[in-house]
Amino acid sequence: MHDLKTVTALGGTTPRVDTFARVTIAENDGVALASVAARMGHEKTCHAALEKLLGAVPAVGRAVLHDPEAGFWMGPDQWMLGAPRATHELLADQLTALLGKAASVTEQTGAWVVFDITGPGMADLSERLCNVPIRRMQAGDVQRTVIHHMGCFVIRRQAEDHIRILGPRASAGSLHHALVEAAQSIA
Amino acid sequence: MIIDHPLLGPRDSAEFTYKGDARLIDRPDPEKGATAHDFYDYGYLRDNPAGWHEELWFHEAGDRSWLVVTRNTLTHEISKVELARDVARSRGRSK
Amino acid sequence: MTPKNRLDGGQIDPAITHEFRFDGKSYTGHAGDTLASALLANGVRLMGRSFKYHRPRGVLTAGSEEPNALVELRSGARQEPNTRATTAELFDGLVAKSQNRIGSLRFDLMAVNDRFSNFLTAGFYYKTFMWPAAFWEKIYEPIIRKAAGLGSLSLLDDPDVYDKGFLHCDLLIVGAGPAGLSAALTAGRSGADVIIADEDFRMGGRLNSETFSLGDQSGADWAAATVAELAALPNVRVMNRTTIIGAFDHGIYGAVERVSDHLPTPLDGKPRQVLWRIYTKQTILAAGAIERPIAFENNDRPGIMLASALRTYANRYAVAADRRVAIFTNNDDGHRTAADLHAKGIKIAAVVDVRADAPRSHDFEVLHGQVIDTKGRHGLTFAEVRLESGDMRTLECGALGMAGGWNPNVHLTCHQRGRPAWNDALAAFVPGGVLPVGMTVAGAANGDMSTAGALRGGAEAAKRALGLKGKLPTLPEAEDAPVNITPFWYVEGCSRAWLDQQNDVTVKDVKLSHQEGYRSVEHLKRYTTLGMATDQGKTSNMGGLAIMAELAGKSIPEVGTTIFRPPYTPTSIGVLGGRARGQAFHPKRLTPSHTWATEQGAIFVEVGNWLRAQWFPRAGETTWRESVDREVLATRKSVGVCDVTTLGKVDVQGTDAAEFLNKIYCNGFAKLAVGRTRYGLMLREDGIAMDDGTAARLADDHFVVTTTTANALSVYRHMEFVRQCLYPDMDVQLISTTEAWAQYAVAGPNSRKVLEKLVDGDISNEAFPFMACANITVCGGLRARLFRISFSGELAYEIAVPTAYGDALIRKIMEAGAEYDITAYGTEALGVMRIEKGHAAGNELNGTTTAANLGMGRMVSKAKDSIGSVLSEREGLNRADDLRQVGIKPVDPADPVPAGAHLMKADGPVDAAHDQGYVTSACYSPNLGHSIALGFLKDGANRLGERMRLVSPLTGVNVDVEIVSAHFIDPEGERLRA
Repeated sequence: MHDLKTVTALGGTTPRVDTFARVTIAENDGVALASVAARMGHEKTCHAALEKLLGAVPAVGRAVLHDPEAGFWMGPDQWMLGAPRATHELLADQLTALLGKAASVTEQTGAWVVFDITGPGMADLSERLCNVPIRRMQAGDVQRTVIHHMGCFVIRRQAEDHIRILGPRASAGSLHHALVEAAQSIA
Repeated sequence: MIIDHPLLGPRDSAEFTYKGDARLIDRPDPEKGATAHDFYDYGYLRDNPAGWHEELWFHEAGDRSWLVVTRNTLTHEISKVELARDVARSRGRSK
Repeated sequence: MTPKNRLDGGQIDPAITHEFRFDGKSYTGHAGDTLASALLANGVRLMGRSFKYHRPRGVLTAGSEEPNALVELRSGARQEPNTRATTAELFDGLVAKSQNRIGSLRFDLMAVNDRFSNFLTAGFYYKTFMWPAAFWEKIYEPIIRKAAGLGSLSLLDDPDVYDKGFLHCDLLIVGAGPAGLSAALTAGRSGADVIIADEDFRMGGRLNSETFSLGDQSGADWAAATVAELAALPNVRVMNRTTIIGAFDHGIYGAVERVSDHLPTPLDGKPRQVLWRIYTKQTILAAGAIERPIAFENNDRPGIMLASALRTYANRYAVAADRRVAIFTNNDDGHRTAADLHAKGIKIAAVVDVRADAPRSHDFEVLHGQVIDTKGRHGLTFAEVRLESGDMRTLECGALGMAGGWNPNVHLTCHQRGRPAWNDALAAFVPGGVLPVGMTVAGAANGDMSTAGALRGGAEAAKRALGLKGKLPTLPEAEDAPVNITPFWYVEGCSRAWLDQQNDVTVKDVKLSHQEGYRSVEHLKRYTTLGMATDQGKTSNMGGLAIMAELAGKSIPEVGTTIFRPPYTPTSIGVLGGRARGQAFHPKRLTPSHTWATEQGAIFVEVGNWLRAQWFPRAGETTWRESVDREVLATRKSVGVCDVTTLGKVDVQGTDAAEFLNKIYCNGFAKLAVGRTRYGLMLREDGIAMDDGTAARLADDHFVVTTTTANALSVYRHMEFVRQCLYPDMDVQLISTTEAWAQYAVAGPNSRKVLEKLVDGDISNEAFPFMACANITVCGGLRARLFRISFSGELAYEIAVPTAYGDALIRKIMEAGAEYDITAYGTEALGVMRIEKGHAAGNELNGTTTAANLGMGRMVSKAKDSIGSVLSEREGLNRADDLRQVGIKPVDPADPVPAGAHLMKADGPVDAAHDQGYVTSACYSPNLGHSIALGFLKDGANRLGERMRLVSPLTGVNVDVEIVSAHFIDPEGERLRA
């Protein structure tokens, strides 16, 4: 066992939580991520494996939601899979073993910062950030978009007042700043 | 502008990066006898129509698909949007 | 004490009194007032000086089309020039100043311009300041800038914040008058997602200004009740204080919501304004109509305003512009105003109508004639009327309403080349040509001038836009009078009769422009500046067109109209910028070692959006060079570490991955063994070098490709283009992993010893030779990647761990390296070492250089086709005397060799025609003890040892240099392989 300690995307030892009157912004440090892209000619095998794993193959613009994450569509024949980091630190290796030559798997845990936005002001906050049609999104809808020049995924989670934002980890500070300012703005 | 992405539906053109004439798909193949002159034509000689134009747009802030967008450069009307990959295949670029 | 011109009633709240100051004097007004209405209530008619002639001016209108009453609102850093007093909501403590004056407002020293008005006519600037050229900058411009122009800036940073936002709806309704509200009711009750926006703080539009009833309610009460119903619907978003500023392509609208403009200062954390981008499927433009003035001599005195403005001030704001008012009209609506004012107890001096068949009234005198001149230095006192009989009448009045007819507010219909069409019955332009996609126009904006017509038109438009079935909602009974107008634009013989009060354009200017040959309406506009002020001529364009048409003997539609462009009303730069100011101008990207580097006192530099450690100063070091020299020497002597996470990384997988790399790189990758890394050069299709990096083969079907930091995005885009558009059936999958891994370069003769303490497994030279790569573990089991590659030219590795462990790893490396005095180095030392080694970087791959220029011509494989390979063979790119990358050192070690300087033959002429090449990268080499440089030199490969002259005429550099190999350090590469 190695003795290296992780830091969160915002640089802390514990995830940061910011609470406002109508919205809570919580850094979520517990998600392991890996991308899965079907190999050409092996799409069916890949889909079957994903279906077995997630219950369904995430459709275009959709996520299959479990807690804390499961999988969502990123592009044609490409998905992002997520799992609890505590139990799936080696998610990419596990998926490679499962999918074999049917898919290309790439570890993505370190590439993203994850924020959970919850509360009755969630939609108002979202409208100040990006052009997702937040009030029309259903649970499981996913849209990749831009927040203050940062490419992000916005995932409408199960609860009516919950979105998850995946943003570029190196810009976690800038993204957090944008979220906090928007939260103050709609307070 | 709004680009009606074939997979994702209407998306703001601000999410895209523009490349230009969709003729760039038709890269000459030296292994099939294409000459330097063919590459000169491919690389430098483009139409710049006032009207309908097939263009390449990259959904950089989206699903990373290259699209072929048929757009009227005068009115910005968009009549057709296709995945560039499908267009490339239809133009015989499959292996 | 009630101000002298305050009436009863209206939609102000007399229970809430606001104190405010204008030009240093205190006044009171009420909640619901604008600055203009409050000033008028206090008997203040004079509110500013005109742009060119410094004539005294008051308000012309009661809305956002106001050309005259522009003030500097607020003070200190929040001072905002050119704010329209007619839209500025009154708040307690408001401070405003009149502008464009020298001295006091009443005795403006620049009013002398008015005496010289004969010299300041149309085209004045063009004609006067032609010669001599030098006079323009030194004399004319400073004088003009001082005299003309509008308000002044505070020159302080704006202390407020501005937001941007995004809204989506099925139907956007622009304007909340009778048409907009009935459209919103129809659409809202159907369940559609509706946004209704109005620039006013009180919705209702003309219903608030008129006395017509709707059913058994007053118009204002109906509007308030309707707004309340709409606000209660979950699918309707009611946005007051929100101006739709532009109609953009495909149903995208820009809107500015003034969240805090009506407050002294924004509440904590709240934005001053929000710029909304609204995405809508359908739009109903219900922006109403704007009344137009009539041109007559001296029609710009304070107190002369649109008749509808008098009506609005009286009915909505409970203000009499003056207690004695005259009206000059060419249509029935002027009489309505007179009736409304009369009902409020205002004395009507007379209604002057140009028509013989004007309606008569028992309440006031109606004269058949024209107002031909006015009097009153700082405000209207008398109006001269020439009756149709030829008799003259002088009317004593402090306010005069001009009712020249109504222009449908077609502004937004023009934003995508829509051209308004002439309507004879209305004597006005109505929406025409191609409207923005999804837009329909309703109510007065569409020429439907009656209240009932607007209600009906709005409801029908909503039904049509949403494809609703069934009957219209029951609409209240309302006034449905036809328009009865005789076009009348200006009084015969007038000359100093104002058309455009903001830019001081008179009837005389339009005539002069015609006389001087300007025939196109677009030329008229630019020559006279008619309609070019911030109000875009909302009240003035029509008059100018009409006069031009008459002079040219054409009809108004033949002359045509100029086109309105976004924004609808002036928009602050602050709201367009939003949050992207100062440190937040663009996002920052922090490397995994950022916290640690900050602890070490690193100096950071922005590279793209990344903040990279530039150097790590230590106690006692006084210049950056001392730190950099130390970092370089220590690395070459023992070991150094540098965060190289910022390099772009792309995961390339698939059975065709090697074939794919063969396409994007000019050199071959098919035969690269698993566990090996290779340098790759990427060309553009035209044969010019695009980017370089390494590709490490982790498995038969798996490569990790690096790009330069700067080109990470564009190279990824290019790779996707090649994959999707050129070779759509290659089995290759791409994903960026730039931020997924924290990557450190560990370089120097002791780098292996340091890493051996961390890496689990054998990394001896035999087990892990130069250019090896592998998935490994470190520190007892953490997954990692190790690459034996070197940018510095030393024995070196790059080690990568998942980003979250990056902070821990840098600390481990420093700990393990302590016994070797491991030194952290920044981008400056990195640059010095790569120049010493002769490695090309961004300065050399500068978008003009080929592989041959870079000395890598032989890398371009002829055995395969790759992007750029064919055109790189072009004759013009392969001349014998082409530029080649060389090293350059000064003959006198004390001399610098600055980047950008050009190489000349030692004994040849120094001019551009004899240019031999140029320096791309330069630095001081602490290892060699003098400056060194990389550059490009004609036929450089054959000129090693040649003495040349390095010049930079701009900076006065003239240095003797020697051309040497670009590899200053370890040319044989022995250190790399050690």
